[in-house]
Amino acid sequence: MTEKEIELKIMRQDPETEKGPRYENYKVPYVDGMVVLDAVRYVQEHTDPTLAIRWNCKAAKCGSCSAEINGMPKLMCKTRVDTIGNKITVSPMAAFPLIKDLVTDVSKNWETTRKIPMFTPKENMEKPWRINPKDVERSKEFKKCIECGLCMDVCHVVREHYTPYFGPMHIVKAASWDMHPLDSVDRSKYLNKEGGLGYCNITKCCTEVCPEHIHITDNAIIPEKERVVDLQYDPIAMLIKGIRKKEKVMK
Amino acid sequence: MPEDYETIESDVLVIGAGGAGLRAAIAINDSGQKVIVVSKSLLGKAHTVMAEGGVAASLGNVDPQDNWTVHYGDIIEEGVYISSWKMAEILAKEAPSRVLELESYGALFDRTPDGRIMQRAFGAHTYRRLAHLGDRTGLEIIKTLEHQVIHRDITFFDEMYITNLIKEGNRIVGAVGIKMNTGKIFLFNAKAFVIATGGSGRVFKITSNSWESTGDGIGMAYRAGVKLRDMEMIQFHPTGMVYPPGVRGLLVTEGVRGEGGILLNTKGERFMLRYSPEKKELDARDVVARANYREILEGRGTEHGGVYLDITHKGADFIKHKLPAMYQQFMEFAGVDITKEKMEVAPTVHYMMGGIEVEAETEKTNLDNLFAAGEVASGLHGANRLGGNSLSDILVFGKIAGENAARIAKNSDMIKISAEKVKKEIRYINSFFKEDGKNPYDLIDKLTTCMSDNVGIVRDAEHLKKALEIISELKKEFKEVGTKGMIKYNHGLLGCLELSNMLVSCEAITNCALMREESRGAHTRSDFPKKDKKWIRNIITELGEDGKMKFEVKPVDEMPSEYKNYVKPEVYS
Repeated sequence: MTEKEIELKIMRQDPETEKGPRYENYKVPYVDGMVVLDAVRYVQEHTDPTLAIRWNCKAAKCGSCSAEINGMPKLMCKTRVDTIGNKITVSPMAAFPLIKDLVTDVSKNWETTRKIPMFTPKENMEKPWRINPKDVERSKEFKKCIECGLCMDVCHVVREHYTPYFGPMHIVKAASWDMHPLDSVDRSKYLNKEGGLGYCNITKCCTEVCPEHIHITDNAIIPEKERVVDLQYDPIAMLIKGIRKKEKVMK
Repeated sequence: MPEDYETIESDVLVIGAGGAGLRAAIAINDSGQKVIVVSKSLLGKAHTVMAEGGVAASLGNVDPQDNWTVHYGDIIEEGVYISSWKMAEILAKEAPSRVLELESYGALFDRTPDGRIMQRAFGAHTYRRLAHLGDRTGLEIIKTLEHQVIHRDITFFDEMYITNLIKEGNRIVGAVGIKMNTGKIFLFNAKAFVIATGGSGRVFKITSNSWESTGDGIGMAYRAGVKLRDMEMIQFHPTGMVYPPGVRGLLVTEGVRGEGGILLNTKGERFMLRYSPEKKELDARDVVARANYREILEGRGTEHGGVYLDITHKGADFIKHKLPAMYQQFMEFAGVDITKEKMEVAPTVHYMMGGIEVEAETEKTNLDNLFAAGEVASGLHGANRLGGNSLSDILVFGKIAGENAARIAKNSDMIKISAEKVKKEIRYINSFFKEDGKNPYDLIDKLTTCMSDNVGIVRDAEHLKKALEIISELKKEFKEVGTKGMIKYNHGLLGCLELSNMLVSCEAITNCALMREESRGAHTRSDFPKKDKKWIRNIITELGEDGKMKFEVKPVDEMPSEYKNYVKPEVYS
């Protein structure tokens, strides 16, 4: 990058005292390899300490600093300035209620997590447990989830519609237990009935924004959906249904 | 500014929601006592997520010769004989059960071909001992504990910043906190307390530590009259990222060396063969960190001030499978493909062996009902921590602290707290709101720069004294810091409060470093380059009655004679 200054635009609002958002402009000196979080923190530490941001590890491992950078859900700590140019707009995740500036209220996630049945080991297994190394792999992909909520933010079902859909992050969590080789519970039916799994129409936006590159749609959501269909597929019941339908028509 | 607050009662209050705090909360819940957990960051985001390589436990799955006595010996030897032998024994004996217990909670670990928990080699562990899930073991542990807490009857308040403890006689009776996302002030009234707030790594400029590791627990405990121990013992991890500047200090897991990575200088020389011909790259962290430091100092480092770490010979498939997070980290932050290119690394502040002094069997502090566990506590690691022992530490001692806090709570009555005491604390918080206050971040920047420049990996009296002068000036300037705006999610306010705690850690670290006139483990003095027998001692720091920090040097507890068989005798040159 030749420009040595970043033009940063940050959404500011305390919903308790301000009706709508305002975008404030800041100029931040550019440093090699800088990420968006560095720039936003520069503002906080040098220009306005009341700017609310949430961050912790600064290593893309804790999933705290989720925001929308030039409209795309991203981790601020993982987005290098030199990959997006020096005009940067940062706003909070829109799928969650705003607390202040770039900080949103993500506490609903805990309520949802609480609803999903936990890991429940099969009974009477000999200890210590033995697991085939290959069987660890399937669940391992989902274990990468850092619960950053970016997939929830990008999901149009979560974002724009009031449905019971738990959202991709929670389906990943459920899938990590469903695919645990020693787990004894099938969560797919529950996800379908209570978790609104059917509302997901597989646009794969969640997969695109996942900073851990989890194949959320292909490896978590679709297998859970397929499981539900398998469980509900009962050829005899379908045959009887079909005959009754015909009878109705004949009458 | 208003002075109203809300009171919340519980049997036990756990401050901190990393691995130690969450494991303590589970133990308290198991014992039937009502527990509340409060944390500075969001639930599940604590610094534990950063642990990569694994959790040390002598399961003996890969090397059947391993057992607790070998693990015990490793801890004492690498802690350079100033660890608490009792804590080392407890950890070595209990770590395997804690790992298996995690597995029963749903944690997954990589497996051996015959299906048992896989264990990898790590620096200065005699045998392959670290149970792991790729290089994301900390994440797996904290998520597992987090979901236990969510699914149990455990109340948590996250983004709750505890400013101070309230004391009555020799007991803690309450803790005052700011709920950051509402700006509301809470009083937590409880019968017993567990501090599990992690270390103070952020008092250094170059660190692998998270934002929240500002030593808040150490600050609040010190002010309440709690004794600290071995504060000079700061671990420098040999391999932090160097370039680009934005990621300087970010951790490169020891797992890279555990899986076969080698260190090279710019001459292409594998220099660890010179410094440690036997253990090479897998010697203890203090040895490797100093070797890297010297290579860089003596001009054999890269232009960005690092040495090379190379694992390309292992092949892309192996690296992507065994070290996926590292592959991703270098690719995305530095644009370096570690399957094809060497990494640039240099030492970074990583861990605090020092902290709150606790009783080995109960994790009780010198106060009757206050307990501490995890990085904030001290004793186990002595002068140097072995990789992987921090994760066993939080599980083993988190549980013990929780059980004992629950036991004390069961046999105690709740002591009511006068509103005036709480209001005094609230007035203290409000006092930082002023029109012309100094920016706390300017002072924090001066402080952290001072610590990295003067109290770093190699120390001497001149620099340490200089640091003490700067710290003392900053303590005066601290009186002028302030912020504007509202209390809700105000980082300016947080900066002021954190700074008060950071100053406590810095003053203790620097004074103890000046007192210890020898080089032992992570503490290296260029003016006292040798280890000195008369320093088989621990340095205790506490708040004196005159309001000044006072220090006491005391001998290390001697281990029973049969335990000496598990440990190589200490050698002095």
